[in-house]
Amino acid sequence: MPVGRRVFLGLGALAAIGVVLGSRIQSAARGALGTGLGGLLPFGDRFRLYSITGSYPTVARDAYRLEVSGLVERPATLTLADLEAMPATRLVRTFQCVTGWSVPDVEWEGVALSAILDRVGVRPGAVAVSFDSYDHADTESLTLDQARLPDVLVAYRMLGAPVTREHGGPVRLYVAPMFGYKSLKWLSRIRVVNRVEPGFWEDNGYPVNGWLDGSTGPTDPRLGLA
Amino acid sequence: MARGGRATIVRFDRTQRVAHWANALLFVALIVTAIPLYLGSLFGLVLERHVVEEVHLWCGLALPVPIVVSLLGPWGAAMRADLARVSRWSEAEVEWLRRLGRSPLRADKFNPGQKLNTVVVGATILVLLATGAMLQWFLAFPVTWRAGATDVHDLFALAITLVIVGHVILALTHPSALVAMVRGRVSEAWARRYAPAWAEEPGVGAGRESTGRVDAESVASG
Repeated sequence: MPVGRRVFLGLGALAAIGVVLGSRIQSAARGALGTGLGGLLPFGDRFRLYSITGSYPTVARDAYRLEVSGLVERPATLTLADLEAMPATRLVRTFQCVTGWSVPDVEWEGVALSAILDRVGVRPGAVAVSFDSYDHADTESLTLDQARLPDVLVAYRMLGAPVTREHGGPVRLYVAPMFGYKSLKWLSRIRVVNRVEPGFWEDNGYPVNGWLDGSTGPTDPRLGLA
Repeated sequence: MARGGRATIVRFDRTQRVAHWANALLFVALIVTAIPLYLGSLFGLVLERHVVEEVHLWCGLALPVPIVVSLLGPWGAAMRADLARVSRWSEAEVEWLRRLGRSPLRADKFNPGQKLNTVVVGATILVLLATGAMLQWFLAFPVTWRAGATDVHDLFALAITLVIVGHVILALTHPSALVAMVRGRVSEAWARRYAPAWAEEPGVGAGRESTGRVDAESVASG
């Protein structure tokens, strides 16, 4: 009897169905179980922590400084207290990694990047914004238009608590309309510059514009729908 | 003493043993590197993630190599013959599996559980290879497929790890079977007890391999 072949092909078919429907099966299971039980599903809904250096940088909350420099009228160095004193933006979004995993209903709180840019005053000739990390390895960039989107945050709270060290705390970037790699962790410096400087992941082959719908043009794909 | 007591017969030839242990080594390396990749928060502090990632990737790509090379080369006659064996199932074997070993069976060289294990491991290797490749070269696939590939890769990896743990437990509790994968031979008595249909095949048992040297080896391996 062809049992071996049946088991072999059966497992292969199961895997193929899982790949094509995987995320749908998972969200269906989540819907059926509710967020409480659904969060216990073994394979989904959890952050996979990527660090491109050997360790997570440690930055004390008191010692945290955010340098804002480059093509700006009034370069500034902001403390965590400075950021918390500015108007806060709260978002609840699905965190989506470009490699496939996602975490639904993540709460974020921070200052809209546009508010920080307004505070320092962007000089004429500025085109893009570059970001540096306390890990001294990761870098990111956005065009000025992208940086001014209302759901691009300099975030100091995540998941209902201060951003933890492993998630990039005390302060990280959160670029809601794009894949997770754009949301640089341990944000140390914002530089307003005259050209888009591809960051660490872009140098490793990721699209410079990593919109969640998979499009890679510079313009927010959601604007076309408005 | 009866001849069957000390005579030994070849169960796995050198090619099969080399392929098995190369495969085992790669699986161990893959499991060990998978742990920090999956549980980044525990291990991110001590390991360079990209190094672990690279090791996992290359071991994964190498995983099918021992099997393919041992099957295809001029050295692969025993591998090919055993592959044909695990693909052949009698109704008695299916019944034995269905009743979880509680039906009479004159076992072949491999019992139905061993046959099933081989098929499951083989299929899982291909699934892990395919989904792993999708995760590495993800830009070629839609985002929903990447999500599905992540879950399928995790699920099959967990399942195969449990299968391997069971495999190791069975090996440790059946030392003669383990020794056969180390030295290649089993005693004829063992073969008659655990694989009688195989032991009686023409050219397998019958003391053909029962030289003095082999007897000494069999005694040494207990």
